[in-house]
Amino acid sequence: MAWRCGWRCYIYCVDLEYGGKMYNPSLTESILIRGGRVIDPAHGRDETADVLIVDGVIQAVGRLEFTAQCRVIEAEGLVVAPGLVDMHVHLREPGQEYKEDIASGTRAAAAGGVTSVACMPNTQPVADDLSVIGYIQERARQSGVVRVFPVGAITKGLQGQVLTEMGLLQRAGCVAFSDDGRPVSDSGVMRKALEYSRMFSALLIQHAEEPSLSGGCMHEGIVSSRLGLPGIPSESESVMVDRDIRLVALTGGRYHVAHLSTRQAVVAVEQARRQGLPVSCEVTPHHFSLTDEAVIGYDTDAKMSPPLRSTTDRQALLDGLAQGVITVIATDHAPHDEENKRVEFCRAANGVIGLETLLPVSLELVRDGVMSLSACLAAMSCHPARLLGIPHGTLEVGRAADVVLFDPEESWIVDARQMQSKSKNSCFHGRRVKGRVKQTLVAGRVVYTDEGR
Amino acid sequence: MRTAGNLWTRKHLLGMAGLSKEEIATLLDTAVSLREVNRREIKKVPTLRGKTIINLFFENSTRTRTSFELAGKRMSADVINMSVASSSVQKGETLLDTLANLQAMNPDVVVMRHPESGVLQFLANHLNTALVNAGDGRHEHPTQGLLDILTIQDHLPLLERDSFSGLVVAICGDVLHSRVARSNALGLKSLGAEVRFVGPSTLMPNQAEEAFGVTVHHRLEEGLAGAHVVMMLRLQNERMNSPYLPSVREYAEFWGLTRNRLRLADPKAIVMHPGPINRGVEISSEVVDDPDRSVILEQVANGLAVRMAVLYLLCGSGVRR
Repeated sequence: MAWRCGWRCYIYCVDLEYGGKMYNPSLTESILIRGGRVIDPAHGRDETADVLIVDGVIQAVGRLEFTAQCRVIEAEGLVVAPGLVDMHVHLREPGQEYKEDIASGTRAAAAGGVTSVACMPNTQPVADDLSVIGYIQERARQSGVVRVFPVGAITKGLQGQVLTEMGLLQRAGCVAFSDDGRPVSDSGVMRKALEYSRMFSALLIQHAEEPSLSGGCMHEGIVSSRLGLPGIPSESESVMVDRDIRLVALTGGRYHVAHLSTRQAVVAVEQARRQGLPVSCEVTPHHFSLTDEAVIGYDTDAKMSPPLRSTTDRQALLDGLAQGVITVIATDHAPHDEENKRVEFCRAANGVIGLETLLPVSLELVRDGVMSLSACLAAMSCHPARLLGIPHGTLEVGRAADVVLFDPEESWIVDARQMQSKSKNSCFHGRRVKGRVKQTLVAGRVVYTDEGR
Repeated sequence: MRTAGNLWTRKHLLGMAGLSKEEIATLLDTAVSLREVNRREIKKVPTLRGKTIINLFFENSTRTRTSFELAGKRMSADVINMSVASSSVQKGETLLDTLANLQAMNPDVVVMRHPESGVLQFLANHLNTALVNAGDGRHEHPTQGLLDILTIQDHLPLLERDSFSGLVVAICGDVLHSRVARSNALGLKSLGAEVRFVGPSTLMPNQAEEAFGVTVHHRLEEGLAGAHVVMMLRLQNERMNSPYLPSVREYAEFWGLTRNRLRLADPKAIVMHPGPINRGVEISSEVVDDPDRSVILEQVANGLAVRMAVLYLLCGSGVRR
């Protein structure tokens, strides 16, 4: 039976599960997260247990008996899960620090229970060069509160013409490559990019939109017709995904579709995966929870690329999540200042912030019976971590202690003004959600706590 | 008119969408009673004395701007006209700031036209001034819808009908880019008319049937068959920025309204056009100038009355702020 004896006491800690092994962390910093529902999807764990963290590393998970000089975090009634991994985030630094920077963006991540972010390269200058990647990593070390993994550009300047130094960039720490914000639209260039990246087993993340079909500013359908806004048909995405999958079959390159939004693209990815091709995809919380009807009233916080789609598309995304075709949930956190959002709809910038609403909105999938809590968390932890090849997103013993504690039942109303992000362009502002992050730990260090909120 | 005014409680006129049958009737009744002013020798009444109306046009317009200007002046309002080249003015100042500055001068109504859909709704979300939509992008042009409906209403007896119910209205041409088509379809549907959208498939809004409750026809002959009202839309060349149509010649050949084609419609059918007309393109001169068919100039006259009614209701009587 576990018991607590004050802030500083003597040490005796037994992990029953591992046969009574003893630890003596007397000269180290220890944290015990006690009595939570520990879910580690990577290992199929879902049970009431304790988690012992020593020196920032997960030391033991199970029913722990101890007398320890530990800090104890009481987690009764809370879910204790791996810190979330968001593989699609725009931190805007360098170049657009007035929208977000690495400090504010990682604080937003921490507040959302996210401990690792992959940041997209459409910064100014573009992250297509070792110097920019080095700058981002240096800034992350100085000011970041969660782990920052840069994604390098596929082509120089995102121009879709000349490949970047993927080998060197990967060696420097890039976890994937993407021209996100725009597609690699030239088929010949995409083929070369897949062939080249394959040598390094690097992941290519495609913003799949055929430019000549994407001239509108919202989904093409009944709503766009009524609002008189030029539409973007679902085919703008599926045409590109179909093409890319044929190129993956040709080249064997690892291919991941960013922010999948259409039914046809889900079908295409499903078929490709069934054929054993190295194809994966992600969906954002806004695409699986909202439709083009959110645009009625010309709300620019409902404007993003790809656009919010039809009810049919949304249902297909839910089915894709349920059936495991879509294995990743990512935010596409895209901060924009008011000046770029409080304008005429077609002139407004594309994108919404999402880090601080990722978890509660995704938990709606669990409540609606789309997927289990464990599967839902997997899509935000071990699945993206595996794709990116980073040793996170799990509570495995020996791994860095990146942990989120959340109350799955706490109900609250999203208020963009209260968020950590510098920008307030949330499409969930005013939404009642359930599930609140209580604490976020990175390498055993508490980087967010909701106390005083 | 006092009683009519009391039925009007809206602050803005942003579109026909959402207007009830009763609200449309209030607007039309008010227009009919104000119409008589325009036929007097001294065409001025003191109704809006001391009121300020700003006409803010971010797009070229002769007819609509003049019509709003006259409407205000004939009711003794102070009317300011501002024509702004939409892109250049935006350098350094956002649209919202421009409007906030005008609002600070405390106008009673701002009448506005803008090339972007939804701009009036956007401004209404952030400002207090009463706004009248004089056309926003391809979204709506409610005063045009109202003046068209008033014109049709005038002709109901000649069409041997006592209401809009069952009336067949064919709206023909470049429906995709037409705010006139949208406003008319919404208004006419709520009054019970049957509306057809007739035009090339490249110039038709996506899923128009479901979006507007209309039928869609891609052959002019089919769309005209038995129609009581034939509303031709201007072929908006200035909006063409991708290959919607191969040539004006081909358009005129398949989509131009000629006397021969008009025979397919109801024998008493009226022909309407919001202007400006491209003679010989979407409509032949023989139809435009046919006094038994064309009601195009009546539309213009009614436009003035409708705009007087809109300004009257928004400025004066019904609005409780």
